[in-house]
Amino acid sequence: MGIISRGFGGRRRDSAPDLPPGQYLTHDFPVLSAGPTPRIPLDRWSFTITTEAGQKHTWDWARFTALPSEEITRDIHCVTKWSKLGTTWKGVSLDTLFADVETAADYVMAHSKGGYTTNVPLEDLLDGQAWIAYEFDGEPLDPEHGGPARLLIPHLYFWKSAKWVNGLEMMHEDEPGFWEAAGYHMYGDPWHEQRYQGD
Amino acid sequence: MELDGNALAGDLAEVFAVEMTTARFTCAGCRHADAVATLRVWTRAPGVVARCPSCGDVVLSLVRTPARVVLTLTGTARLELPV
Repeated sequence: MGIISRGFGGRRRDSAPDLPPGQYLTHDFPVLSAGPTPRIPLDRWSFTITTEAGQKHTWDWARFTALPSEEITRDIHCVTKWSKLGTTWKGVSLDTLFADVETAADYVMAHSKGGYTTNVPLEDLLDGQAWIAYEFDGEPLDPEHGGPARLLIPHLYFWKSAKWVNGLEMMHEDEPGFWEAAGYHMYGDPWHEQRYQGD
Repeated sequence: MELDGNALAGDLAEVFAVEMTTARFTCAGCRHADAVATLRVWTRAPGVVARCPSCGDVVLSLVRTPARVVLTLTGTARLELPV
């Protein structure tokens, strides 16, 4: 192979022992999107958890940002094979948001402005594993990265961390979201390289 | 980054035996019909996503795995192909 053939991809590759299989390390923050980037004014932002019984728990921006927040430092892994280590966020734990939610359902469909959806087991959102994040690196979250607020589930591939999230819907059965219906894995554990259906 | 439907040409050429950018789609959401080349396409994503230029709904997506190409046409009411 010629020395220039690795080019674009090869220059970004670092070796790092703490990466899931098949991932390479990146130091920038790639922007992936499947549609136009919505610009959501804070006075029109809301987030709703809807139970299987139809009960709604809704927060506007003022109520949401008045909740206890946490500083979060985690590695993130995109299914397109980049990983970024030690990313720092500020957000509200899903444990806090689910504190008064009564549900017997085991699965969640996350919904975003623009129609994006992704499915997650409820147990993956609780016990300090997931947040609604609204700051990255000490700054308000850019719209390109999902601002004003996005789901953050760092232990799953990053397509599960829905940008522009505006609601969680409880479900008794696991149903596929947008990328899951298009061929990606229902769960998406990067350490087991669950990229596609059948992995 | 948004492109137009001509960006689908290479991927769809693997799936269909005819030139697809001049095929006509009908959007399942709003019934808008036009050439595939007029779709609004996003490629910097886990797959390729093509949206209706009229209503913005997803008309088709294409995911490439190591062994398969998965073409999802949930948002396509009809494809008219040249012969």
